[in-house]
Amino acid sequence: MRRARRWLPGLLLLTPSIVAIGVFVYGLIGWNTRLALSDKHDEISPQRFNNGKNFVDLWSDASWPGAVKHAILFTAVFVGGALLLGWFLAFLMDKGVRGEGGFRAIYLFPMAVSFIASGVVWRWLMNPAPPERAVGFNQLLNKVGLGFAANDWWQHPRWGMAAMAIPAIWQMSGYVMALFLAGFRGVPDDLREAARVDGCAEWQVYRYIVFPQLRPVLLSALIILGHISLKVFDLIMAIAGKQIITYVPAIATYVEVFDRHDPANGATIATYMLLAVGLLVIPYLVWSVRAERNR
Amino acid sequence: MSAAPTAVSERIRAVAPGDAGARARRRGLALRLLRLALLLLFVFVFLIPVYVLIVTSFKTLNEADPSTAWSLPKHWSMEGWQAAWTALRPGLINSVKIAVTGSIISALLGSLNGYVLSKWRFPGADAVFTLFLFGMFIPYQAVMIPLAGLLTRMELVGSISGLVLAHVVYGIPICTLIFRNYYVTIPDELIEAARVDGAGMIRAYRSVVLPVSGPAFAVTLIWQFTSMWNDFLFAVFLGAPKSWPVTVILNNTAGSGAVAVQYSQQMAEALLASLPTLIVYILLGRFFMRGLMAGALKG
Repeated sequence: MRRARRWLPGLLLLTPSIVAIGVFVYGLIGWNTRLALSDKHDEISPQRFNNGKNFVDLWSDASWPGAVKHAILFTAVFVGGALLLGWFLAFLMDKGVRGEGGFRAIYLFPMAVSFIASGVVWRWLMNPAPPERAVGFNQLLNKVGLGFAANDWWQHPRWGMAAMAIPAIWQMSGYVMALFLAGFRGVPDDLREAARVDGCAEWQVYRYIVFPQLRPVLLSALIILGHISLKVFDLIMAIAGKQIITYVPAIATYVEVFDRHDPANGATIATYMLLAVGLLVIPYLVWSVRAERNR
Repeated sequence: MSAAPTAVSERIRAVAPGDAGARARRRGLALRLLRLALLLLFVFVFLIPVYVLIVTSFKTLNEADPSTAWSLPKHWSMEGWQAAWTALRPGLINSVKIAVTGSIISALLGSLNGYVLSKWRFPGADAVFTLFLFGMFIPYQAVMIPLAGLLTRMELVGSISGLVLAHVVYGIPICTLIFRNYYVTIPDELIEAARVDGAGMIRAYRSVVLPVSGPAFAVTLIWQFTSMWNDFLFAVFLGAPKSWPVTVILNNTAGSGAVAVQYSQQMAEALLASLPTLIVYILLGRFFMRGLMAGALKG
């Protein structure tokens, strides 16, 4: 009883948030899942359980398999690109550089800008107009004699989503840079020095001492970029709208709800998105909370 | 970046013949210059979109066109900015209301939650915290359809209060995380001492914890303000024309579907809509950085 008096006030203070998360996160996920398992394909008919039929039928939808393919290509290029560029920027700055604060601020500022805003200009820059009236990047490439590199950008039927990842890389690589820079700086100088005294060349110090210590940072960055990537919505809305060539799951949910007025299919797609994010995030969460407790 | 390790490696180099030492120093200088050159190149690349936005926004209606994206305005003009201001004003007002109210409530809630989860832990607190954290990562699409239904029943759909409620609730995980990670660094003995002096949970919070919470509040306020200001998803699913924030109006007037709007206005709108978060970021960037780190589950 005395012990309960110690922790009960805390639990009470947290109760409003527990209820809010319980209802708005878990309750609504449950509600959404039920909707996904029903045949409510319009806004008026009653909701009846249909045995998960939507989850199978979705794959014969004209646009869904494409949406999945696009999401995978986008994720691969975006996550890979942002990790590589962010890591490289941090690597360049690791040993300190004059005006480091300024560099950091410039690499990081795109994070403060919404995709809806930056999309306005990316749409111009990645315009696929043919050479004689080329604009944006293509015009720039022609001017500097790299005309052969001019391309259709996001409107390329096969690799368009790779170009779509460019603005996303622009926005997030500064963040990855900040994570990696903190990681680099977290490696004790003694450790590097000890390796040098043992006769390691500078590249060996990085290869065998510094990089292995960055694994936890890499994992965090991977999870954060991955879950952003699976949910990408604003960027595509701003640049391409609801076009089929850049269809992704988040756009598909929007189209099902607002254009096709099909709540059950909208909920089904959302459930697939949740499953994808869950597969990525749950093991990570369990791992990091456990790791912290053991510390 | 301490001086000592360099001194040691200098000494090692000094043992080598002088010629090799000079060569190593020259190579070190070349590498430093190469690093600087690459960093500057990336600065240039990162600023390309901003350059195009700025020069186009100041062009006259006739001059603003994708084909002249790279050139400076021949005649500097404010037409685009004036039109942008008129178009975005209602959205800017809504966004200020949503982001200011929402971020303040979020920070207060986060502070209390973080306090409980770090200093007044109850059985199962870790499990509750983990369940909270998952809420940070979920795709909001997975709650959006029933959420719109729930808000309709609460008569909040389409209103500013409805949007604030959604932002605050789904902001609980990240805010709790930031404050919890910050409060873990306050020694338990301080709370214990207050308790021995007869202070209850709330008194101890007010007299010990709150006075040192400044940095965590800054981080949370900036983080929440930025994400609420830049939100588009909640706004399109739960908003209505009268409560649309600046992102929705921007998308309607300068998005992929907008064709009848002048280019200079579109670019000025994009800049105008980004100014508040950019100013917050430029003035308080250091706190913003720390907020980002908290997002990575690192304290």
